[in-house]
Amino acid sequence: MSRSPTTNEEDIEARLKNAEPASNRSRMQKDRAFRWLCIAIATVSVLVLVALLTSIVVQGVPVISWTLLSGTPEPEPSEAGMFPALMGTIWICSLCALITLPIGVATAVLLEEFKPRTKVAAWSYSLIQLNISNLAGVPSVVYGILGLTAFVSMFSLFGNATQPGAAVWEWGATYYDQFSNLGSDPFLMMSDEVDERYFLVPVENRTNPPTVPTEGMMAYENSVAGLVPVEVHVADAMGDLPTDPEVLATSIDSAAVPGRISEKAWYYFQLPLGRGVLAGALTLMLVILPVIIISTQEALRAVPSSLRDGALGIGATPWQVVWNVTLPSAIPGIMTGSILAMSRAIGETAPILIIAGIVYIRTSPQHLMDSYTVMPLQIYNWTSRPQDEFHSLAAGGIVILLGILLSFNAVAVLIRHRMQKPLS
Amino acid sequence: MKRESIFHLMIALVAITLGSRSVSAQNSGLLGRVEIDGSSTVYPISEAAASGFTRAFPKVKVNVGVSGTGGGFKRFTVGQTDISDASRPIKATEFEAAKDAGVDFFELPVAYDGLTLVVHKGNNWVDHLTIDEIKKIFTSSGAAKTWAEVRQGWPNNPIQIFAPGTDSGTFDYFKEVVAGDDGSLRSDMSTSEDDNVLVTGVSGSPNAIGFFGVAYYEENKDKLKSVAIVNPELKEPVLPTAATIEKGTYAPFSRPLFIYINARSFRRPEVRQFVAYYLKNAADLATQTGYVPLPKSVYAEAMNHCRQGKTGTHYLTKDMEKRSGAVTEIYTTETLVN
Repeated sequence: MSRSPTTNEEDIEARLKNAEPASNRSRMQKDRAFRWLCIAIATVSVLVLVALLTSIVVQGVPVISWTLLSGTPEPEPSEAGMFPALMGTIWICSLCALITLPIGVATAVLLEEFKPRTKVAAWSYSLIQLNISNLAGVPSVVYGILGLTAFVSMFSLFGNATQPGAAVWEWGATYYDQFSNLGSDPFLMMSDEVDERYFLVPVENRTNPPTVPTEGMMAYENSVAGLVPVEVHVADAMGDLPTDPEVLATSIDSAAVPGRISEKAWYYFQLPLGRGVLAGALTLMLVILPVIIISTQEALRAVPSSLRDGALGIGATPWQVVWNVTLPSAIPGIMTGSILAMSRAIGETAPILIIAGIVYIRTSPQHLMDSYTVMPLQIYNWTSRPQDEFHSLAAGGIVILLGILLSFNAVAVLIRHRMQKPLS
Repeated sequence: MKRESIFHLMIALVAITLGSRSVSAQNSGLLGRVEIDGSSTVYPISEAAASGFTRAFPKVKVNVGVSGTGGGFKRFTVGQTDISDASRPIKATEFEAAKDAGVDFFELPVAYDGLTLVVHKGNNWVDHLTIDEIKKIFTSSGAAKTWAEVRQGWPNNPIQIFAPGTDSGTFDYFKEVVAGDDGSLRSDMSTSEDDNVLVTGVSGSPNAIGFFGVAYYEENKDKLKSVAIVNPELKEPVLPTAATIEKGTYAPFSRPLFIYINARSFRRPEVRQFVAYYLKNAADLATQTGYVPLPKSVYAEAMNHCRQGKTGTHYLTKDMEKRSGAVTEIYTTETLVN
């Protein structure tokens, strides 16, 4: 850095003078040998990749079926599918991209384009820079543990040290006390004569004491048409039971203790975040943020300074320079970094295993706090089963995962292609 | 290829119509969710139960996690989960943690697992092993390096050992039976959390020995040979089969698998229904997933425990000492400690 260009040139000249004169032939030979070495190394790595891909495709493609795509995990391999895991992966990765890209790009722009003027600011900038470059090398399991304390239980700031992740503040949930009628208790052997029916009593506050069944209490029944009001009767299970089957079907044991359940709307939100989709996406954000920041910085650095100088010269503010000149020309480079980062996020298992841990789930996430599973977890689960059929299902899952990865990348490549403009 | 995919599509359509029919016919009224976590050994049984149950009660969400027996109990004893899968009984420390957090629970055995010792298919010298010989092979104090050191007349080849990971309930159980509470297993074994890796390891070397649940042996019979274990009481070698595990003659390596149910969650109708489904179908679910059903009387006793609210564990004494023995003897009301 300290050397001026002239000394550099002199240096090279001196070195060229000192270099031993070699015959033209041996120089050419060395050149050729080096080229063959490069070709050989490239061929070996491409061959390994081709072998891996072929073995996965050969194993996986025959089991790919509509069932595998749209089904739920089942104990019978021929009926098993990975729809919940597929949806979980799409949710997690889209959320993660939505959160990470703006934050990562903004950080990189701040560090690259708005250089500090004061000493203190410069010092804090370099501290941030050092942190980011070190964070890129941290194993992802560590981020999983960090995510568990930071997002799932939020450092127990909301005062629930005994039950990490349980909702303290929430929005969008309706609570009910669920009673079963006398006929449906599986531990009273009379289920055959009376229809099983379940009644819901709305609860104002989730911390209310359990509802005590009272005669003539209004309850709702969950049916195809939604919640239907029903009048329930109260009977003593140990004493005489009503004989009218209609009445018996709507009778609740006087000593019954209801189960508190909740219906959550699509906009349901809680603090701390719990083991939900959002906590998972935020944890993956931690994993890929350093990669995105660093690659964005590189892309911004690659924009020739003559462009910035030109824009500043015609009177643009620094903000206008960034928004109209630097960022648009850096987008192809930013997209390359983001593609790599997102591919990592899709395949990441360790942090998700710590945050979610759930492998059998039948539904796709319904709201940001819902429990979920992702494809790598489902694949891992299938590979560890004894039955061979599950192993080929896992291979099919890998092919689907690859497909999703490629389609994510295709979108990014498309954006990159659209944005690419000659710089001069 | 094309014909096949159309065939798959038809199967899917049939499945969807069948599924929707059962939805409308069944109990769509019951809502709620059941949270399960714990042992990877019990997981297939719980998955099968969850799958069958949600066919009958489609609006109930059943989530099953795999954190290992210890990890499952960690969440269970603070009340985070409704049901904990366990491949060994609850430990005194976990029991006390549950007590401190005010968590009462039901302990329900659901199936047997026969811990199977396997050798390479071409291994023609090992016909049976006694407990003492197993100790020689697996404990750090026994430390037999070659097969000749285990029994006279066996070849002078080095033994290669493949064992499940130290976090698994299977490892814990094997260690307790073979090395006792104070002893330790050898540290120079190849270990893996994935039992399929162990299968590959043992089937790849003629001098190898390993152990895992009976389901993995049943699926890999063509590559492996199971070893008969000399029953300490009968003094004769017994092979692990469904019959010997159920009768209890495959000792001491047949172990019961459990589910633990939070008593507070058990009040919820959806958890009650799920547990009832689990217990009623446990024998079928066990067979379907490669395990061995328990005697019917044990399931009936478990039903009784639930109905009468008998919470607590059978595998600890009042002084928090471990209790061991056959399920049929231990799983009674008299031994219940709460």
